[in-house]
Amino acid sequence: MPFLRVASPGLLTTVQDRGRFYFQKWGVPVAGAMDEYALRVANMLVGNHEDEACLEITLLGPEIMFLEAGLIALTGGDLGAVLNDSPVEPWSSFPVEKGDTLKFTGRGIGCRAYLGVAGGFKVPRVMESKSTYLRGSMGGMKGRALREGDELEVDKQELNKSFISVQAPPEYRYEPAPPFVVRVILGPQEHAFTQRGIETFLKSKYVVTHESDRMGCRLDGPVIQHKGEPDIISDGIAIGSIQVPGKGTPIIMMAERQTTGGYAKIATVITPDLWKIAQAKPGDGISFTAVTPEQARSEYIEYENMLKKLPRKLAQLQEKQWEKGENKKLLLVRVAGKEYRVEIKEL
Amino acid sequence: MYARAKYLPAGDKGLVVEFGNSISKDINIKVRSFALAIDNAGIPGLLEYIPSYRSLLIIYDPLTWEFKLLVNRLKQLEDNLSMMQFPNPQIYCLPVAYGGEYGPDLYFICEHTGLKKEDVIKIHSGVDYLIYMLGFTPGFPYLGGMDERIAAPRLNSPRGKISAGSVGIAGSQTGIYPIESPGGWRIIGRTPVKLFDPDNERPVLLNAGDYVRFYPVSVDEYYQIARAVEKGEYNVYVIECAAREE
Repeated sequence: MPFLRVASPGLLTTVQDRGRFYFQKWGVPVAGAMDEYALRVANMLVGNHEDEACLEITLLGPEIMFLEAGLIALTGGDLGAVLNDSPVEPWSSFPVEKGDTLKFTGRGIGCRAYLGVAGGFKVPRVMESKSTYLRGSMGGMKGRALREGDELEVDKQELNKSFISVQAPPEYRYEPAPPFVVRVILGPQEHAFTQRGIETFLKSKYVVTHESDRMGCRLDGPVIQHKGEPDIISDGIAIGSIQVPGKGTPIIMMAERQTTGGYAKIATVITPDLWKIAQAKPGDGISFTAVTPEQARSEYIEYENMLKKLPRKLAQLQEKQWEKGENKKLLLVRVAGKEYRVEIKEL
Repeated sequence: MYARAKYLPAGDKGLVVEFGNSISKDINIKVRSFALAIDNAGIPGLLEYIPSYRSLLIIYDPLTWEFKLLVNRLKQLEDNLSMMQFPNPQIYCLPVAYGGEYGPDLYFICEHTGLKKEDVIKIHSGVDYLIYMLGFTPGFPYLGGMDERIAAPRLNSPRGKISAGSVGIAGSQTGIYPIESPGGWRIIGRTPVKLFDPDNERPVLLNAGDYVRFYPVSVDEYYQIARAVEKGEYNVYVIECAAREE
């Protein structure tokens, strides 16, 4: 039984999990969510494994009709979500009923929102991932963005699991506010640039251009000077790698990046700041500041520790809400081979 | 080749081990030896790696490893690298329909080089090409060893769509497009063999370190093979080399 129907697809709505890892040595791009932080939080809000597939919604959101009751969550950029004409709290989970409609009014705070559903979206795993790799036409919904009329099912509903809506605590919610200051580790090819080139890179303000997509965020701004040739012998590209082709302006390589490439890479964005690139819209400003690998590691550990604590914090919040009687529990139960949704309220 | 490998940071979970700054068989063998050494060592917290011409990008878990400590551990691997044993390389023989509708740029290669069509085909299919690396798109092999006599510049403006299986020339490189993609290489033929099939148990046909040999087939043979490929009844002809070619 399908869970939702796409009434209108929006600009670019794709199914994404954290990505297709372990096949990069064969040239297979990772793809996956541009903003892995928002994806992981969306999954946690609905009680999923943090790697489950969500919908990645870009700038102009879709119109979605729900065909079944369920618990969904929205995180990431605030694209003006309204459920049956009432605005939805950002960074929270909420129940939907059969016949409900979710629309996006295009508020445009940030660039990408993530819609998670308890149980995850059911699409075939291709090479161990549900992520859509658009250029390779594989994964997700038949290897493509969602279209009008597409229907998606929920993957696995766990039995006796309570559906209680909850909002992520304030310290877990960001509101994208450009210009973004992005922390980077210099290298691996910073030696391919002059000292002046590196100073230009670190001291200038760059602007996101319209050519940006899931593969790379292309920037416009002061030209970064190479020492010699801008081309290197093709080598591996990490997420957040900042390539500088001959033209002299940077391209930040993102989720759908190719695995290898031949432009010198001046620096790499650190993981806790990747969301800023994912949420930057054409016209937004970006500047870079360098950190050492040691500083980056302690930032990374803090980032992961914080995410690790979130499921427990959410469980505590849900417990409190339940005690206060502000909420209802939805249970999925199976009786004599048939599944029932049971709504529980305290008398 | 560098006397010692360079260890460079590529973000908070990437580390590049670079063995040199040129395209050569010796450097590439180092890269592949190092990849094999990593596979054998079973170091915890190493998630995956991307081998390329002259370096290896390693993706690791920063919760397990501090950059400097990982570098020290990898240097131990480097010290024992000469003892690596490689499996014997294999030659993958790929049928190619040259020219015509499948190779629209073959006439350009002839014009550019002054060679006859038969000679271009003979030269292109007369060499075993070393697969230096896979990258760019799933299963795309970077091949080394093309005869300079058939070298030709890329298209001035890339084509929007190149069919899967297309065999092309760009400068002194030759390659095969595993999936339909845009590209600027001069297309001289097409192979019906699938280099990438995500639904296959082994999605990527070729491996770095192995060889590709092209052999010309007629359009009729191309169709026969393509039909067999579709039915899953085609096996690529593979020659096992006796020993590693140094």
